[in-house]
Amino acid sequence: MRAIGSSALISCLLISSAVIADDKIVKIGNLGDQSSLYADLGGPGSTIAAQLAIEDSGLTKKGWIIDVIAADHLNKPDVGAGIARQWFDVDKVDAIIDVQNSGVALAVAGIAKEKNGVFLPSGPATSDLTGKACNPNTIHWAYDTYALANGTGKTITRNGGETWFFLTADYAFGHALQRDTTAVVEANGGNVLGSVNVPLNAPDFSSFLLQAQASKAKVVGLANAGGDTTNSIKQASEFGIAAGGQKLAALLLFITDVNALGLDVAQGLTFTESFYWDMNDGTRAFSKRFSERMKTHAMPTMSQAGDYSSTLHYLKALEAMGGNPHDGAKVVAQMKKLPTDDPLFGKGYVREDGRKIHPVYLFEVKKPAESKYAWDYYRLVSTIPAEEAFRPLAQSECPLIKK
Amino acid sequence: MLLHSTITSQQLFGQLLVGLINGSFYALLSLGLAVIFGMLGIVNFAHGALYMLGAYVALFLLRELSLSYWVALVVGPLVVGTVGALLQRTLLRRLAGLDPLYGLLLTFGVALVIQGAFENFFGASGSPYPIPVQLSGAQNLGFMILPNYRLWVISFSLAVCLSTWLVVEKTKLGAYLRAATENPALVQAFGINVPRMIMLTYAFGAALAALGGVLAAPIYQVRPGMGAELVSVVFAVVVIGGMGSILGSIITGFALGLIEGITKVFYPEASSTVVFVIMAGVLLLKPAGLFGKTA
Repeated sequence: MRAIGSSALISCLLISSAVIADDKIVKIGNLGDQSSLYADLGGPGSTIAAQLAIEDSGLTKKGWIIDVIAADHLNKPDVGAGIARQWFDVDKVDAIIDVQNSGVALAVAGIAKEKNGVFLPSGPATSDLTGKACNPNTIHWAYDTYALANGTGKTITRNGGETWFFLTADYAFGHALQRDTTAVVEANGGNVLGSVNVPLNAPDFSSFLLQAQASKAKVVGLANAGGDTTNSIKQASEFGIAAGGQKLAALLLFITDVNALGLDVAQGLTFTESFYWDMNDGTRAFSKRFSERMKTHAMPTMSQAGDYSSTLHYLKALEAMGGNPHDGAKVVAQMKKLPTDDPLFGKGYVREDGRKIHPVYLFEVKKPAESKYAWDYYRLVSTIPAEEAFRPLAQSECPLIKK
Repeated sequence: MLLHSTITSQQLFGQLLVGLINGSFYALLSLGLAVIFGMLGIVNFAHGALYMLGAYVALFLLRELSLSYWVALVVGPLVVGTVGALLQRTLLRRLAGLDPLYGLLLTFGVALVIQGAFENFFGASGSPYPIPVQLSGAQNLGFMILPNYRLWVISFSLAVCLSTWLVVEKTKLGAYLRAATENPALVQAFGINVPRMIMLTYAFGAALAALGGVLAAPIYQVRPGMGAELVSVVFAVVVIGGMGSILGSIITGFALGLIEGITKVFYPEASSTVVFVIMAGVLLLKPAGLFGKTA
């Protein structure tokens, strides 16, 4: 009896220690909008970006088994949350990347903390991911609403755009972007005359554009993204917003949006992004490999570049730890210790609140005559250094940072 | 949010006009659906995909063959009408006589396949399509700036809707069609080729959807998802108007465009759901729809 008991105890200890030991198996999940208005910003392209990062990490040659799977959150927080839960609980997914749609991202961040997984969003914008909703399992990559507001909002307000009217996508992202941009506008002597909340994915903006015209604001701020932005820009040109003396501020614009609009309509738009495929040899080399694998041969967007960068850094951290402990908070802590360096975002680091820090750029869309080759869309206006681009820790509401 | 208290009656007129213009889109699309359901008993969930196909045909004609919007207005519906005829002939015909639910499922599946295929090859963001030169510019009406293209949309849709209604209700061809759907065997006994008539009716409904697509291409972004967003609203319009009534769907389309326009001014957050709230209400009070005939 006793012998059986003690051998059972010893075998239990052996099994449990085997479970705790690090292994070289990694599973990454790309949870994104694979089919609707945000699909070109991340979606299937993010899976390709992750695969490129896996190849570039060199870990598969060293015996690691690394997989990427993908799922569609349909822009619904409950669907996204359900998939995230299933992935962490049942499918042994270690890290979730991408997740365009801030509403879904906030839900998934909570689940990543609960299940002790890793969450590396490059898709969503809301700065709350490193503010009120920050947690030790989440690193917000690529960009956020603060960086967009600080870049575009500040520049336009200082250049004669003192009064604003917002067209806001009616969910977490739109509200966060409007809030952050309003703060910047008011801090620079401007005034917000009004706003209108537009349901997500509505095709017709004529009513809202009429309201913007009636407000007589100097700037019409578009606090929306993807398909909503392209529709509002196209219809703004139809309703003569610019001809009437109002400036259009596309607060979040991706290169795929510019491609969808065409330079005739998009020319002159000023906006903020943290990545452009044609900036230097490093970005060009990556983008060439990326577009060869994309069915549409599109160039990578800022989010897809972010997914490459975050996946690469994640794998570097795992390599430094010698194996995958399947413990989200531990890996994220390691990712914060290591400085980041990749050809896409250059040198940077991850801050204690989970914010990835790197420089951000102000771009202007070229006129059709200035564009010399395919996807030659942007002109660099200015660079915002890494230390100024994101919300200073002193202003942060993140409970993780010690004040 | 600001305009609840400060909207002038002038601005309200502008919003109502814009609402009417959107209503003309709904009317045109729900017309095709009503024709297909009223005549053939098929709940055509592929309507949104056919609308999208119409827009893409216009896009290809411009990009590859440099053919203008005006050519697309004719060729688009013809091409998509042919696709519709093929669809009916090969797939839908097999479901004749079965529960309408089968037609719904089949057309829904077809819609997903078409949309998925386009997204795969062309991406979800879509492509630019310009407003034709002859219709660019805008009129300053005093209370608002009305783009010339939108004026064209409402006039053209009205014309198409009224002519369709006239053909179906007032001509001999329309009478054959209505008879053929009520009692195919008897009408066939008179020597009229009923199966071909049914195929052509479906093709006509598809062509109407494609016409909507070509009309939409210059103002809405041409993307694979463009139909999916619109088709639920259009279905609600048809249900409210009465599934078999053509006049009902036209009038309801315009009316709902107006109501949606007012909602966008006073409570914009609800503007994408107000149509469904009304649909729920109508179904509770008058299940056959406002203009529908109880079978």
